[in-house]
Amino acid sequence: MEREIGPSELRVRARLARNAFQLDVDFVVPPGITILFGPSGAGKSTILDCVAGLAAPDAGEIIIGVPHAFSTKRAVNLPPESRQIAYLFQSPALFPHLTVKRNVEYGISDFLPGPRENDVREILQLFHVEHLADRKPAELSGGEAQRVALARSLVTNPNALLLDEPLSGLDAALKNSIIADLRAWNAVHEIPILYVTHDRAEVDALGERVIVIEKGKIVQQGAPNEVLNAPRKERLALASGFENILEGTVKEVRLEDGVMRVALKDSSSTVETPLTYAKQGDSVRIAIRAGDILLALEKPSNLSARNLLHGAIHSLEQRSATMICKVNAGAVFEVHVTLSAARALGLREGMELWLVLKTYSCHIVE
Amino acid sequence: MQELFLSFRLAVIVTAILLVLATPLAYWIAFSKWRAKFLVEAFVALPLVLPPTVLGFYLLIAMGPRGPIGKLWLALFGHTLAFTFAGLVIASVLYSLPFCVQPLVASFEKIDPKLLAASHILGADAERTFFRIILPLSRPGIITAAVLTFAHTLGEFGVVLMVGGNLPGITRTVSIAIYDRVQSIEYAAANQLALTLLAISFLLLVLVYGLNRRVGLLWNVK
Repeated sequence: MEREIGPSELRVRARLARNAFQLDVDFVVPPGITILFGPSGAGKSTILDCVAGLAAPDAGEIIIGVPHAFSTKRAVNLPPESRQIAYLFQSPALFPHLTVKRNVEYGISDFLPGPRENDVREILQLFHVEHLADRKPAELSGGEAQRVALARSLVTNPNALLLDEPLSGLDAALKNSIIADLRAWNAVHEIPILYVTHDRAEVDALGERVIVIEKGKIVQQGAPNEVLNAPRKERLALASGFENILEGTVKEVRLEDGVMRVALKDSSSTVETPLTYAKQGDSVRIAIRAGDILLALEKPSNLSARNLLHGAIHSLEQRSATMICKVNAGAVFEVHVTLSAARALGLREGMELWLVLKTYSCHIVE
Repeated sequence: MQELFLSFRLAVIVTAILLVLATPLAYWIAFSKWRAKFLVEAFVALPLVLPPTVLGFYLLIAMGPRGPIGKLWLALFGHTLAFTFAGLVIASVLYSLPFCVQPLVASFEKIDPKLLAASHILGADAERTFFRIILPLSRPGIITAAVLTFAHTLGEFGVVLMVGGNLPGITRTVSIAIYDRVQSIEYAAANQLALTLLAISFLLLVLVYGLNRRVGLLWNVK
């Protein structure tokens, strides 16, 4: 039974085939931020283009609020200018020959100069770019330009907002402050916001709902911590920052404790993991985040963590503020520690140590 | 100096007509998704490779009393087009078409498609997008197109000779006049006209590059 679409919801049902790529999605975006997450090439931007009217699905239905923006059944395909949506690209796409103020005014009707002045001033204030009103886009920094682009989109009172990795080039602090401003705006104007990203950190910062897209299909949806902390798909696990994917065989299932013991492939080590659908003797894959593994120089005791693996450092590599440490403990584990931790432990290649893993840090994936 | 004035009048009229005609044509070439549009592009570029006498010859035939354009003109105005100023204008418009269309197409195509998408998404239809975004961003291309058309019309010879002949005050343009003087071994008079034309052409190009540079500076201040 199909659900009625509320006046401030966005419904997308789209099928589209282009060469080898197939898109087939069906979802509803309620007011608030919904994240479209997935590896590049999964079809996230194509979905946004279909909603905006820059591309047309082969079949389907797009409803923004109440009216049909697109429907193959009703033979409707409104052009982008009639859909009343806002769409922010990766680049701000500000009109280079117009000042910030003129850019923001662009989407508002010329017939109401009075309210227009007020709206423009208000939105520029909200996004903290008032002082830039008379500048040209070439004089703005990346963050400022993206703020102006947001203001320009939102001043038109759209029925939905689409964002295609708009903050990917900005640093974390700038990102967070822009997201905070967007949230403040969204609290007053309750419209659906569809936010495309492949950056795990952005999902955590924004997260209300996430829809995971892979190869043109929805593979999972729900709250970000439910979906991304327990990924059932291996590709998703890789995309969402699980550096370790290990193969193993279920050795023992302990229903009463809700855990099972998995023997790692080509190794004598075993790890305890949460219980899943798997039975004894099944092959499984275990996904572990490199940041969830602790290192200890001596064998720890009296610890709640259930998995202690003895191994030796195979390689060390510094990547910005993280020390990437590969440890051979039967299988090779990638472990991320801070530089200060690496210094304090005196990590060096060949050094023997213990890996400490919580049962709940070991996720079974398909 | 009568010849110089005639040439200027011709160049101004042809440039004005071509800017109006070439802009929609260039827009279509730049943005149409029609697969066979290369045929139109090839047709527009034809005067670039065609000897002016070939173009002039066919135009002369077409404008004559038995040609299709000539017949129509005869019915409307009571005389044919060949060897008239109007005929010269029509011939020059065709001959200078690529010089006007190509810079326009190039500058339309150079505009970031994201800007056009942004304009549409902000509620602007094709017309508003054209006048508010495409046209202002194409100013260097428009200036180039106008000056190239003007200069090219000013200096054309073969087509004018074929279609217009050499009637003083009607079709004797400055380049025809130069040729005429050389024929009658009046080198000093020829040089006077040639030098004037050279100076004007150089000044025009200086103007184009100067204006385009200023426009560029206006938009990319930093």
